[in-house]
Amino acid sequence: MPQLANIAVSILFDGLAYAMFLFITSVGLSVTMGLMGFVNLAHGAFAMCGGFFVVSLTRTLGVGFVPSLVIASLAVGAISIPFERYLYRRLYKSTDLEQVLLTIGLAFMAIATFTYFYGPIPKSVPLPAWLQGDVNLGFRSFPSYRAFLIVLGAALISVLWYAFEQTNIGAKIRAAVDNRRMAESVGINVDRLFTLTFAVGSGLAALGGGLAIQLFGLTPSFAVIYLVLFLIVVAVGGLGSLKGTLLAALVLGIFDTTGKYLMADAGGFFIYAVVVVVLLIKPAGFYGRE
Amino acid sequence: MAASETRTAAGQAARDRAAEFLVRRHRFRWPEALPWLIAIAAFFVFSDRMTFGSQVLIGVMFALSLDLILGYAGIVTLGHAAFFGIGAYVVGLSAARFGWSEPISGVVAAAVVAGLAGFASGWFLLLYRGLTLLMLTLATAIMLQEAGNLRSDISGGYDGLPGLTFQPLFGVFDYDLYGHTYYLYVLAVLAVIFYFVRRIVYSPFGQALTGIRENVQRMHAIGSPVHRRLVTVYTIAAAIAGIAGALFTQTNAYVTLTVFDFDNSAKVMVMLILGGTGRLYGAFVGATVYMVLEDYFSKLSPTFWQFGIGLLLVLAVLFARRGLLGLLEQADAGWRRRSKP
Repeated sequence: MPQLANIAVSILFDGLAYAMFLFITSVGLSVTMGLMGFVNLAHGAFAMCGGFFVVSLTRTLGVGFVPSLVIASLAVGAISIPFERYLYRRLYKSTDLEQVLLTIGLAFMAIATFTYFYGPIPKSVPLPAWLQGDVNLGFRSFPSYRAFLIVLGAALISVLWYAFEQTNIGAKIRAAVDNRRMAESVGINVDRLFTLTFAVGSGLAALGGGLAIQLFGLTPSFAVIYLVLFLIVVAVGGLGSLKGTLLAALVLGIFDTTGKYLMADAGGFFIYAVVVVVLLIKPAGFYGRE
Repeated sequence: MAASETRTAAGQAARDRAAEFLVRRHRFRWPEALPWLIAIAAFFVFSDRMTFGSQVLIGVMFALSLDLILGYAGIVTLGHAAFFGIGAYVVGLSAARFGWSEPISGVVAAAVVAGLAGFASGWFLLLYRGLTLLMLTLATAIMLQEAGNLRSDISGGYDGLPGLTFQPLFGVFDYDLYGHTYYLYVLAVLAVIFYFVRRIVYSPFGQALTGIRENVQRMHAIGSPVHRRLVTVYTIAAAIAGIAGALFTQTNAYVTLTVFDFDNSAKVMVMLILGGTGRLYGAFVGATVYMVLEDYFSKLSPTFWQFGIGLLLVLAVLFARRGLLGLLEQADAGWRRRSKP
């Protein structure tokens, strides 16, 4: 019996760490999709880009892992701004199909570019000593890196929740997600708001990409393989909802980890089954507007 | 009395005009023979590349099935490879596990099974739109792939079902080294399917689909059974994609789970967009251009090819939203305007 409890705790812990990764990477996508209804399939490419920046910074320039994460997020956030200003902006009023095609095209170009410079072999990243090995919490020990992910995730959730619910900008974003035309007519500059959230979202995606290296290894195809997961989190959670994204990340993260522990052969079957069931019952996701 | 008589007379005249419009659009135009002449000419000119030629024709068929739902009915799907894969596996499994290797009955069986799958999934999925529909179609294709991987003892998993053998066509025409037989076989099947699809899109039913694509609220308002129409066309497109998949397995004599890949769904969409959606021949132009370019550039450098495809997509969305055929039409219209005095 204690053995069973032990396995359950391990699953819960790993699932939680995985959920934090999913949340950090997807939350930007959810907010930008909620704001502009823009289907951004290049979101995974920004995450992949952040991951490779971290690899280069730590391996080539010898910067520490945590400072590299910060630098990569800021850099990718800044890089994403011209993309939004000059490419995405042209297609806000277009159909889903055109947005899908443009952003898939961008993702393909990003994958090809990074394959050219970094090659297709999975990259790893040197971790500081305190992130290696296990951390003892008294009753049992856990892998430190996953514990770090959970703590970081919890911290980011608090910051984002505060920014979203308590600050002026957060109120403006919520207003614009609810009713964009109304928000515009009371004088909120939704365009500029969108550029800001897009940059922050891409920066967070880059942070997620950097964190993912240790979990899955990083190859250029990360941009497409994990994109499906991010989109699922967004669709299941409901567009533009922080709460929904968090709930979806938790459900899918823990469900997927449980499936992989108990039935390794089934792979991703169960996570997709969950998605189909949730979307058939609630087409707009947990907290989306019908 | 007199007023209602004139009204019915006017109604009759309007109906006649509508029928005349449909019949006129359906009439055969000479440029439409061009792709078929090119396909037959290719048989003689590139007679040593017929294995590749069959793949191009299968690509055309797959893109044509997507054109029905995407180009005409406006259903955006990211999981069309699901039906291609079902067709491919119906033929592959029946040959490998049951020794049923007669090609034509295999194609029919693939069409039926893929059509049933399209009907069953379409019935539920087509109640949704936008991002939800995108995710549901994507998840359907991935679930099929994962299910195949779960029972890799049956499906052969990612190693696939290699070395399948099929009986000669009609028991007479055997598979030859250069793929001549199969090229003509695929071309014949494509011609039959094309005739069928052309009838559909120029029929009142096809007109209703275009209406749904352009303005679904108005179609609801005039009492068109929107959901039933969408499920019908989704089923037909699924069956055609299944036939394309079946021919894919037969011409390659092997099949793996990669047919269900997201890449496969994305690729067929790129082909169609490149050629132009909602215009029947876009599938021919798009699939041929895409596959010839891919054949040439991916040998040169796969990375370069992937970058090129991405760039093509971005440029197509920004500058040529109606595809290569749309560009041709634009050029043609511009030329006519200039040549007028």
